[in-house]
Amino acid sequence: MPCSVPDEWRNFMKIRVTINNSIVEREVSDNKTLLHFLRDDLGYTGTKEGCGAGECGACTVILNGKAVNSCLILAREADGAIIETVEGEAGDGKLSPLQEAFQKHHAVQCGFCTPGMLMSIKALLRENPKPDEEQIKKAIEGNFCRCTGYKQIVEAVLYVTGQLEKQEELIHE
Amino acid sequence: MNENRAAKDLICVGKGVERVDTLEKLTGGALYVGDLLLPGMLHAKVLKSPHAKARIIKIDTENAGRVPGVRAILTGDELDYRLGLYLVDKYILAKGVVRHFGEAVAAVAADTLIAAEKAVELIEVQYEVMEPVLDPVRGLEKDAPLVHPELGSYDYIKDVFTPVPGTNIANHTKLRKGDIEKGFREADFILERTYTNPNVQHVPMETHGSIGQWQTGDRLTVWTSAQSPFTVRNLLAHSFSIPHNSIRVIIPYVGGGFGGKAGIHLEPLVLCLSRKAGGRPVKLIATREEEFSMLPCRSGLVYTIRTGVNKDGKITAQKMTMRWDSGAYADYAVNVTRASGYSAAGPYEIPNAWIDAYTVYTNKPFGTAYRGFGHVEFSWGIERHMDLVARTVGLDPLEFRKKNALRPDSITLTGEKITADSGNVTKCMESAARAIDYGRLTEEEKARERQTGMKIGKSVVALHKAPAMPPCTGTAVILKMNEDGSVVANFSLTEIGAGTYTSVAQIIAEELRFPVSRIKISIDSDTDKEPYDWQTVASKGLLLSGNAAILAARDLLAKAYDVAAQVLKASVVDLDHDADGVFVKHHPSHSVAWRNMAVGYAYPNGNAIGGPLIGVGRYIAQGLTNLDKETGQGLPALDWTYGAHGLVALVNDRTGEFNVLKVASAFDVGKAINPISVRGQSIGGMLQGLGTALCEGYIYSPEGVLLNPSFTDNKIPTSLDLPPEVVSIAVETPQLDGPFGARGVGEHSMIAVCGALGNAIQNASGADLTHMPIRQEDVWRALQKS
Repeated sequence: MPCSVPDEWRNFMKIRVTINNSIVEREVSDNKTLLHFLRDDLGYTGTKEGCGAGECGACTVILNGKAVNSCLILAREADGAIIETVEGEAGDGKLSPLQEAFQKHHAVQCGFCTPGMLMSIKALLRENPKPDEEQIKKAIEGNFCRCTGYKQIVEAVLYVTGQLEKQEELIHE
Repeated sequence: MNENRAAKDLICVGKGVERVDTLEKLTGGALYVGDLLLPGMLHAKVLKSPHAKARIIKIDTENAGRVPGVRAILTGDELDYRLGLYLVDKYILAKGVVRHFGEAVAAVAADTLIAAEKAVELIEVQYEVMEPVLDPVRGLEKDAPLVHPELGSYDYIKDVFTPVPGTNIANHTKLRKGDIEKGFREADFILERTYTNPNVQHVPMETHGSIGQWQTGDRLTVWTSAQSPFTVRNLLAHSFSIPHNSIRVIIPYVGGGFGGKAGIHLEPLVLCLSRKAGGRPVKLIATREEEFSMLPCRSGLVYTIRTGVNKDGKITAQKMTMRWDSGAYADYAVNVTRASGYSAAGPYEIPNAWIDAYTVYTNKPFGTAYRGFGHVEFSWGIERHMDLVARTVGLDPLEFRKKNALRPDSITLTGEKITADSGNVTKCMESAARAIDYGRLTEEEKARERQTGMKIGKSVVALHKAPAMPPCTGTAVILKMNEDGSVVANFSLTEIGAGTYTSVAQIIAEELRFPVSRIKISIDSDTDKEPYDWQTVASKGLLLSGNAAILAARDLLAKAYDVAAQVLKASVVDLDHDADGVFVKHHPSHSVAWRNMAVGYAYPNGNAIGGPLIGVGRYIAQGLTNLDKETGQGLPALDWTYGAHGLVALVNDRTGEFNVLKVASAFDVGKAINPISVRGQSIGGMLQGLGTALCEGYIYSPEGVLLNPSFTDNKIPTSLDLPPEVVSIAVETPQLDGPFGARGVGEHSMIAVCGALGNAIQNASGADLTHMPIRQEDVWRALQKS
């Protein structure tokens, strides 16, 4: 949540960032978070706010290659940065392989954590194209999901990296 | 609606198809309330009570009103509307007195969120702090201060609930079955214990949020993150005395509900702010801290169970006393008390039962529905108690459970006779037991004990739940065929994540014999456009809406056959259909395509018949009754979904450290419409249940201030808390009135996980636990006593 600094104490500065391959220049107040800059100023509402305190990971974006909580970063700190959000994940009207894997494995329920979850995993896969189960769980430890129990998310990542040897299924008895 | 079709004849039901709602959720295109912008929209903030109980002496809003951009300020004095689902006890903003920490006292709408925040900081409130009641046991004492001295004047649903004026009892549910005294006389052992649960927060990842607009002529529109659009509309209509057709409730994507969004919450406040701001839309999104304290939580429970059992291990009598900690308002807690009051013994047959279940007002954030609706909480006590009784009579806990399990011809607490079609809890227990190698340690497990110096414990617990809903709960589905023969379905369940939209789409596809890609479920719920549904709660959606969907599909087919019969010059009885169209059975090439009938059939000369193809299906629960208020007897259950968990824990019997190694969950779902969805509900609910068991719960100061309203101090399970092995099992005893035999399973996966953990820990280490959550230090403390 934005802190309540009186207007007269606030300064504005112009920043220039690259978001999902397009360059944006805007004036921002110096207390505006990157999350609110993305959502409120630019309309990138795919990135969600779950706690505003860096605990839940719903606001995760990729900043210069690293997954970060955008609620803990000031927009002015992102000046000059390359930012990736969920809106840049699909291309040419098609889901990315990671998104397709999420769809296939029901790694989405309510969907509110999904954008941040995708960004954490995307950053992981760039550094480590074949993460094992523990590495996947570690990478998304800061992304709370209240619906799925994480299992089907982990399976989706193992699948998209070609490592899902045997899909566990509902056993019918 | 179970037509008992063989699995091989099904084209879509029973298949793990992709969810119908994920595309937008995966691309960031799904719009939740917080993402919506309306022209001229204002932003709201709320001033909350810092006290558990205090008299409001004075509120000064003068300085707040001077903040530039402020358009409306409201305090309780201006709002004379009372709200309540079953017992009308709550003002929109506190009036005269605050009854819990975090209660909304005043609110501001301004051009920007920053202006609204600044204004809220400048509102000055003088309080006179009063003595709070912070414990339901204390709340029941004769000299306890009253949370609602005016209780006797409140309106409530008299056929169902029993408030006791002059006390803190918002509802007293009674159940009397058999002869309790005789049952205890027949017992060889009598065991009594008390088990406790704290308040717990639902933690949907999307906090509550609403946008309200109150326009000229009392035209109200609200966009809200809620589970039940028609309940929101109905309560707004009653509170504001405005006709239903002047109120429109729209629900876009919802980021999780878990019961916390089942009722009405921020909607009246944003509407009143909008009215005061001249009709501009007002948006209020709860902060995470507000989600913990201003918005409701799960009720705490103090549960005393007294069980009589004979030396053969048959339960002869059970007396159950539940003290539900409702917090400051009754909300759903009175109905949680009622629903758990008729299933409080778990899936076991109790020949002589006596239940007193009290909803007790306290000065704490108030309780509401939470996934499981009381069953998670009482299952902690029951499943711990079943192990205690089993040990006392010298039986293995699983054998003891099976001996007392509900089976065909058993009589439930309310007098319902169980049949072979009701589901099979024993099979669930056996499946879960097998999956964890219950009763022995595998070679691998023995090696693990040797390597770690820790002990492995195993447990199997059982559970049941029926939807807690009015006996007359109904719903409807409307199917509209598009020009190309594809179909849009309208109904008013909200897709809060459970996957019901996908299952209903599969049911429609099955009935129409269309590929599921031809069925679109309208995502937004809108009371002006969708047919009525009571609520998205209680694990009743699949059964009721699934049946309505079948009937809607059949209605659409009947209308199409009428048209086709004329076009093909054939009798309806000679017609059949497939995904392409309707044809004459014995001349399949003699057919008419769906696209040619979808919006009316036109002959070559321009003459036309039919009209747009629309199918309507209505379904209402059958044969249910209210419960007798003195005895609790009646037929409340649409269906019973049974289940069981098997859990394996590794425990250090000196330090109390432990890990959950494996959980196997089995549910009698009747028919798994979508096995991947069932598995998702099974695992997701199991981990939510583990959260309740391991770490979640409210902690208060002695003055009633909530000390942990944040994720820093009230963590939910993360990916690292997922047990290494998780098994999901579906038992499939078809439900006679379920769509394709299916029952709901949205809540059940969360129930009894806590008892499974407590029992496995005791099995491994001897630690005897009666309070949850079970933190490692709690196990250590229990070990010091054992």
